[in-house]
Formats: sequence, C-alpha cells, structure tokens
Amino acid sequence: MPSLKGFTGLDIALEILPQVLLDGIVLGFMYALIALGYTMVYGVLEFINFAHSEIFVLGAFVGVEVLLLLESAGQLATLHPAAILLLVIVTGMVISGLAAMALERIAYRPLMGGPRLVALISAIGASFFLQDGLRLFESLWRNTFYLNYPSLEFLDKNIPITAALVIPVKSLLVIITALLTLIGLHIFVNKTKMGTAIRAVAQDPDTASLMGVPVNRVIALTFFVGGALGGLAGVLFGIHYSLVNPYSGFVPGIKAFTAAVLGGIGNIPGAMVGGMLLGLLEAFAASYLSLMTDGAFGAEYKDVVAFLVLILILIFRPKGLLGETVRESKA
Amino acid sequence: MSQPLVIIGFCVYVAGSCLLAYFFPQSVLAFLLVEGSLLLLYYAPASDMAKTILGSLVLLVLLPLLGSVNAYYLEIAVQIGIFIALALGLNIVVGFVGLLNLGFVAFFAIGAYLWAVFGSPHANQFIPGGFFPLSPNWFFVFLILSILVGALTGALLGLPVLRLRGDYLAIVTLGFAEVVRALVNNLDKPINLTNGPRGIAPIGKPPLFFKPWLEFFGLEIADAKLYSLYFYFLVLLIVFVIIVVTRRLENSRIGRAWKAIREDEIAAVAMGVPVVRMKLLGFAVGASFACAVGVLFAAKQVFINPESFTFMESIGVLAMVILGGMGSIPGAILGATGVTILNLQLLKGLSLWLNGLRQSGAVLSLPLLGDLSLANLPAQFEPAKYERMVFGLILILMMIFRPQGVLPSKQERQK
Repeated sequence: MPSLKGFTGLDIALEILPQVLLDGIVLGFMYALIALGYTMVYGVLEFINFAHSEIFVLGAFVGVEVLLLLESAGQLATLHPAAILLLVIVTGMVISGLAAMALERIAYRPLMGGPRLVALISAIGASFFLQDGLRLFESLWRNTFYLNYPSLEFLDKNIPITAALVIPVKSLLVIITALLTLIGLHIFVNKTKMGTAIRAVAQDPDTASLMGVPVNRVIALTFFVGGALGGLAGVLFGIHYSLVNPYSGFVPGIKAFTAAVLGGIGNIPGAMVGGMLLGLLEAFAASYLSLMTDGAFGAEYKDVVAFLVLILILIFRPKGLLGETVRESKA
Repeated sequence: MSQPLVIIGFCVYVAGSCLLAYFFPQSVLAFLLVEGSLLLLYYAPASDMAKTILGSLVLLVLLPLLGSVNAYYLEIAVQIGIFIALALGLNIVVGFVGLLNLGFVAFFAIGAYLWAVFGSPHANQFIPGGFFPLSPNWFFVFLILSILVGALTGALLGLPVLRLRGDYLAIVTLGFAEVVRALVNNLDKPINLTNGPRGIAPIGKPPLFFKPWLEFFGLEIADAKLYSLYFYFLVLLIVFVIIVVTRRLENSRIGRAWKAIREDEIAAVAMGVPVVRMKLLGFAVGASFACAVGVLFAAKQVFINPESFTFMESIGVLAMVILGGMGSIPGAILGATGVTILNLQLLKGLSLWLNGLRQSGAVLSLPLLGDLSLANLPAQFEPAKYERMVFGLILILMMIFRPQGVLPSKQERQK
C-alpha cells in the first residue's frame, strides 16, 4: 500500500487494527469449527478425514437450499428471523452430520485396520467424489452450481462502534453461534456419558471396547458430531461470504487442518486455539503484508503464510502448541 | 498356443486395428484398439525377445505412421507419455518408499517454468541484455539441468519433513504444492519472474538438429508435422530412460532399502538401512523425473500458466499409480495410459456424443421411467467436466476392493 499523505505506515496500521482483529476473529471461529471435525475424528481413528472439507461445503449448500426454498415459498419475509436462522443452522448441521456418518460407513469403515495410507487415499477419493457429486446435483437441480445466499434484511445491518470499527450483524452472528457451540461441545465431551465414551475410544479403543463401550457406534457418533460442526461452519461461511460453489471447501479445509495441527491434533481445546490463531494470523497477513513490504507482497500471500506456518510447526513442534492427545502406539 | 501362432495372431490384430484407425480417423474406439495391442502384448504368452520386437514395431513404426495421417493420435500419445513419466516418478515415492506425496505436481511445475522462463523472451524482464529466448539448443541443457533442479528441490522439501508421520507428510507436501502454485501465480511483482496467471508464451521448442539429415535423404516434412513426430519420439525416449532407471533402481540395493522402509520402518532401521537418506533419495529421484518431463511439457505446450499445475493434477497422477498398482512399473504405465485415455478420449467422447443426441432431440425410452427427451437434459451435464468424480470413484473403489491395483508388483502378488 503506498503511504497516504500525512499518514505514516504505523498510523494506518493502528487505524485498521480493530477491523483486522474482527476479521481475524470471525475467520478464526470458522476455522475452529471446521478444525474440530478433523481433530475429533483424528482423535478416535488416527486418520485424516480428507473429505471433511466437503462436509463443510455440504453444510453451506444445505443452508442456501433451505433459504432459497423458503424464499420461493414466500416465507423469507414472514417468518421470524430467529426461526429462519434456527431452521437453516439445524438443517445444515443434521444433514452434514448424517453425511459424515454415511461417509464413514461406506468409504472408511471397510478399510480400518489396514495401512493408514489406504484409508487416507479413500478419503481423498471421497472428497473428490463429493465435490463433483454436489456439482452434478446442483447442475441438474438449479442449472448452476455457483449459488448465492439470498440476502436477509436483518443480517445486513451494521453496528457502528467507532469510526474505524463497524461490526456487521453477520460477524456477530458467527461469533455468538460459534461461541455457544464451542461451549456446548465442551460440556458434551467432558460432562456427558457419550462424551466420556468418545474420550475413552480416543485414549484406547481396545480397552474401551473391553469396558463395554460400543466402539463402532462411538466412532459413528464422532463423525456425526464432527460433521455437524463442519456443517454449522458451512452455513455460517455461506451467510458471511454469500457465494458458495462445490469447490470452495478445499482451501478452508486445508487451513482448518493446519489449525488442528497447530493446536495439537486430537486435542479439542487445541483445535479452538489453533483455529483462532490461524484466523488472526491470516487476517494480519492479508492486511499488513503489503504495508510491511511496501506493496511488494500483498494479501494474495495469506495462503502461503498459512501453509508456511503449517510446515514450520510440523518441523519444530510436531505435536502442536497444546500437545497432541493421540496415543503413541502407532506413531 | 505355440509361439508363432501367437505372433501371427498379434500381427493380424495390430494390422486390423491400424486399418480401422486409418480409415476411421474420427473413431476413438479404433485408436483404443491400437493402444490395446500393447496391453495384449504384455499378457501374450510369447518370449521376451518376440515381445520386444513386436512392441518396438508398434511404438516406433506403426504409431508414428498413424500419427502422420492423424496428428491427434500423436498428441494423445505424447500426453500419455508425459503422464507415464509422472506416474513412474510418483510410483517411486508412493509405491517404493511408501510416502504419500500429494504435491507431486509442484516438481512438474518447477521443471515446466524452468524452461518456460528461459526458453521464452520472458526472462528479459528481469535479466537485462536481451539474451532471451535462449537458442533451441539449450533445451537439452535444460533437460539435464532440470534433473538436478528436481533432485535438489525434492531433497530440500524432504530434508525437513521426512521425519514426520505418514499422513502429516501427505498434508505438508500438499501445502508445499499450494505454496509453489501461489508463488507462480503471484510472482509477477515485485519482479516479474513468472508473469503470474497470464502465463508465459511463446516457449521455445527443441532444436530440429536432424532436419538437414532428413533433407539429405530427400524427406521433406512440414515443420508442424515434424514437431509432433519429434515430440513423440522425445517422450518415448524419456519414458524409456525412466523405465530403465526405475527398473535398475528397483532391483538394486537402493530399491530393496526403499521397500524395506515401506514395509516396516523400524525393522529397516534395525537392519542398518539409512532411512532418512534413502527416503531423501526416493524423493529426489521422483522429483527429478517430474521436473525433466516438465521441461518437455513446457516446450510442447508453447504456452503454460499456473492452471496446469493444480492439486487436481497431483491427484490425477496419484490415481494413475493406485489404479495400476503401487510399486509396480507396468502398473504405473497402465494406470497412466488408462486414466489419460479416460480423460482425453472417453469422457470427452461421451460429452460430444451426449451433446449430439441433445441437439438431434433424441428420445430415450426407459423401461420404467417412460420416455425421456434428451433435449431436456440440462446443459450443465457434461461427463468431461466430472473427472474428479471419476477419479474419486476410482480411488475409493480401488482402496476397498483391490488396494494392490490392476497390475500389482510381484511381491504384492506373492503375499
């Protein structure tokens, strides 16, 4: 960015700081939600669910479909905003969760116990299949696969805080929903019986099975929960950024995985911390990189920064910031 | 069956399919039959000697002859050759050493850009003096250079990441490929190294050093045709060299060390295999193949841009290796041929056919659903656009039902 008259670089940097922080936090919550799906599945199966990014996109598509159907039924203006949001979010979460469960049953379970590369390759195949499957479905159904979220009036407002910081209601929605979900997940995993079962399987599936934990059902449950979180992230992503297409999950997916690794894979609080850190880092890179390098390198390098962080972390701290909670037996 | 009979039968088949391909130059099927002859030969119960002679007859004489009738055949053959070379390179990393590399296309991109930048006028933008484009003779220098550059980048990537667990390694290689693509896409400023998304053109072709010799023998071939034949033979040569190198490596001390690492890393360490060095070597060899063939790709395409080096390509090459059988050289060749034909001929052919039906307003009578007018098919439905779906299905189904591939390596078969 060429320095404006009368402003030094530092002034500009301080001026845009609140907005950058807000962007980073919104992005961070989204990464955290997706990263949880990766990390929970990795915790119980030690396996990278590569198709999780497509579960995320599926959530975004379910969201847009629900809104479009409501719109064509003329209900979008009449229903209460909260009811619309609840409907969109719950449908997106349930369908994504079920899809993740189906994926596990069809593409992964037959391969468990074999070499890990085999399951990973199958997951990559599933990811590709789902991308084009979604495209095929939307192409036949709506004759296009680039879908726009219909604009919701109550979400298009802004809350001005200061001259430099305007909080859009959309961002607030992302932050509040994600926070509530993360608290809910924390309670679910740590306080309920099912959560205990998930932790038991993650720690040692054989012993858990001896203690009467139905391991396969717990794995399916983990996929459901992870998928539902991914679906929620998808709906929020769609509401926040409007445009979705079947391929828009790849980059957020890889970054969310980076976030999971950053926090220590298998570690649920780690995924939240990692997601937030990566989101902030990316927002800072997008806004400040060009300022710092005098315009030589701009926002287009934010992906490069994210991947370099991944590579550096894996080299210097392969167990992540908070340490991974994956059993060591197969490492 | 006695051997002469087999050979005669094969010759009849080849002659028949060639005649078909000659008289029906539009037919995808006829050309597929010609290509199938090589697979047939692989399975034929004949001596190695007879197979070699017949195979080289098909590759060195018949295909070029067919290609001079219909240049499209040569184009397909060159594409297949490039992917065979890539699949053989990835086969070393994934199949022999057992490391999943999801960013293999990065090395291909590095090779392609190496020649694209210096073999076109583009390098003048950052190196003053007007030396560029380099004369075509430099092509061969760059071909050799690319092997070194590939090995170097492969080792550079491998050095920090090879201590990682298998699936982490896969993600890091993926990240590496995305970084390379992002750099290629964005390094048009501050210094214009790659010309960004606009790509680089025109890229120099290899020198026609043999043209005077051909003219000496009274052969006058137009340059366009000569180049397509030239690229065909160049690819054939490169693939041949790669196959020989790979086979020699496979049966050497190094190849055995690789397979030992793949089967059980801890046991390999215990037996004194220098694991990190061997993994690095595998990475470097695979990368150097990809880099070298990238140079050729750039020269053939004349124009390249970052679009040719997406994650999709990496997965495509991976699908080839897995389809054929990890760790199997004939498997990688078959996989590369199969997937390329699927992509270039079958899916596109199907799309054209469907479009034709759509335009003619044909009506499909289905037993249960009643009449379905094909004119009503949405325009978005084109099989050629769904290659990801096909690759995805190949990967899942192969992993579930036949993880060892169509043509597994000998060791896999013995298991």
